[in-house]
Formats: sequence, structure tokens, C-alpha cells
Amino acid sequence: MFGYEFYLDPSRCIGCQSCVRACEECETHRGHSMINFDFIDREETIATAAYVCWHCDDPTCAEVCPADAIKKGEDGIVHSSLKPRCIACQNCVLACPFGIPKIVPEYDQMLKCDMCYDRTAVGKRPMCATVCPSQALAYVRPEDIAHRREKPTNIFYFGNQRVTTKVFMMAPENQESISIDVADYTWEGEREAFLPA
Amino acid sequence: MKLFCRPSSEPLWHEEFSVFAADERYVSRRQFSKFLVLTSLAMFVGNLWILVRSWFSRHPVYPVARIEGAAETPVGGVKLFAYPDSGEQCILVRTGENDYVAYSQKCTHLSCAVFYSREKNRLECPCHNGAFSIRNGSVLQGPPRRPLPRITLEQRGGELVATGIQIRTEA
Repeated sequence: MFGYEFYLDPSRCIGCQSCVRACEECETHRGHSMINFDFIDREETIATAAYVCWHCDDPTCAEVCPADAIKKGEDGIVHSSLKPRCIACQNCVLACPFGIPKIVPEYDQMLKCDMCYDRTAVGKRPMCATVCPSQALAYVRPEDIAHRREKPTNIFYFGNQRVTTKVFMMAPENQESISIDVADYTWEGEREAFLPA
Repeated sequence: MKLFCRPSSEPLWHEEFSVFAADERYVSRRQFSKFLVLTSLAMFVGNLWILVRSWFSRHPVYPVARIEGAAETPVGGVKLFAYPDSGEQCILVRTGENDYVAYSQKCTHLSCAVFYSREKNRLECPCHNGAFSIRNGSVLQGPPRRPLPRITLEQRGGELVATGIQIRTEA
């Protein structure tokens, strides 16, 4: 759909998992949901987050693929691995900074969110965005998202790696980019625990 | 060694294994089968064209042309002339007082010009030692497989004229 963009806002996610079920319904990958659904911290909070693929401008998963199986289309969508090429080596799974690609053991193939390119190409919204009741996953025009308090950004920093994406993430108003360093999220005592005394 | 350096800073593998599907330079199965179908279709049409053309030009019409100076040629002598047009060289041999034979001068092997060998009484090709009978142009030796095309001759009012070309395809 021309002029429409995908916006992710985990702060709106209510954990209903409608997106997960809706994604499973798709006939191209029936029974396998391509939504990455996370419980943030089950001990502390009921917060959940549902993610689709961000469709990076320079996709790391495709860069690391030794079999040249992951391809980006002209519409900017990074597709699932090509079945005749994928060797299920899991390089993409390890390399993707967002943790999106999944290996499906029964197919020996990597499958990932392809933003329902079969639907969006003919003017329909992706499955997950049609069912999300709180619009944590929204496929709308930029002017329709502008009234929200959070502002969209598609620039991410993973340590030194700068990643720009097709899908937008809703971020606090004055934040231009989202910076994530894995070291920030490790348990404080972890480092010391593995060091020799 | 600067000559062999790549102009772009991108590594070669990045270009050859592009992440963009549009840059893929492999031939897809559909592309290949399309190529096969279209090529065989073109071959079929071409063969059909050759068949139709040969069907219509099975009996070509040759002009009647006077051979200048045939009477002045001595017995056992040779006269070159062009027939049916100026590009086609032919060789006339006077074998008897009233006997003439004429053949195309192009050897049927690789189109070298044949000449008349008086001592062996045959037409010979200097290129690969091919030889043709003076009686009917059939192959006597050498690599040619087909006999020389024979020019049919007629006496009309005291003048020798060429009336056509006899092409035999088998030896």
C-alpha cells in the first residue's frame, strides 16, 4: 500500500496475542507465527511486547547468509529464506540485532516476517495490524500516527552498529534514535560471577 | 597493480551476492525455460521458412546466354565464362570438334577454382587434390562429395549457348 508505514509501539501492547494467532492463519506459513512476542519481565510486570521484522535498509541477516538465501525486494521487504538455498545454518538468527529470523526445524529453513507482502501489494494491511486491538502494531499513514504522543523513529544503534529500518518504532518525543547496548541489559553481578576469584 | 584494484570500496562478494533480489544475476528456471521455448520456436519458424523457400524455388529459371569465342577455342582447349551472372565463373572445355562440356568452376568442397588437366583429361582442384570427371562432373578423387554443377549447352545457329545449370546432389 503506497504511503502506508508500519509502526510498532510496545507500550500499547496488552498481551492479547491476537497478532500471533492471526499470523499463524496465513496460508504461506500456516501454523507458524512470525510475530516475535515477548514477556518483558514476568516477575516484575505484566508488560508484553509484540514485534514484526523491522526490514532493515541494510539487512544484517542477509549480509551474513553464506548461502545467499535471504533477499530484499524492491518494495524494501526482506523476505524469508529461499527454500532451495537455505541451509538452516542459523547465522541469520545469531546475527540479527532484533532477533527476528526463526529456524523452522521441520522445514530446515529460516522463516521470518515478510510484512505480508502478498497482502500489502494488493492494498490490504498485514494480518497482525488488522487484528491488533490497541494498535501496538499499526499499518497507517504517517499523518495518522502524528497525533500520538510518542514519535516514530527508524534509527537504531546496537553498540557501534547503526541500523536504519523500514518499520518505525514509537519512541519518546525528544528521542531521535533508539540506542541499545547489550551490556546495559546484563545482570549486574553476572560479570563478576564468571570471573575467577 | 593499481590497475587491478576495484574502483569501489565495496568488497567483491558484496556486489556478487547482493542482498537485493533485483540485482540477482542468476538465470531463473522460468527465464531458462522461456529461453528454451522461444529459441526452439525460432528454429522451427526458420526451418519452415527454408522449407517453403526451397519448395517455391525448386525449378529456377536460368537465362540463355551466348558463350563468346567458343568456336575459336582449340580442341582440348579451355574457355572461362560467367554464367548465369558475372559472379559465377564457369569453365568450358572443348573435348572434340563438335563436343563441348561446361561446369561451374567452384569446387564443391571449399569453392576453389577447378582447372582442366589435359594429360589426365579431368578437372582438378589445386586446393585439396580433388578431381572431377570431364564426362559428367562426378567426383573421381579427393574430399568433394558432390559432383560439379553442369552447365547445359546447346548449338543455336552456329553459336554455343548456355541454357541452364544441372545440379546433382549425390555423387
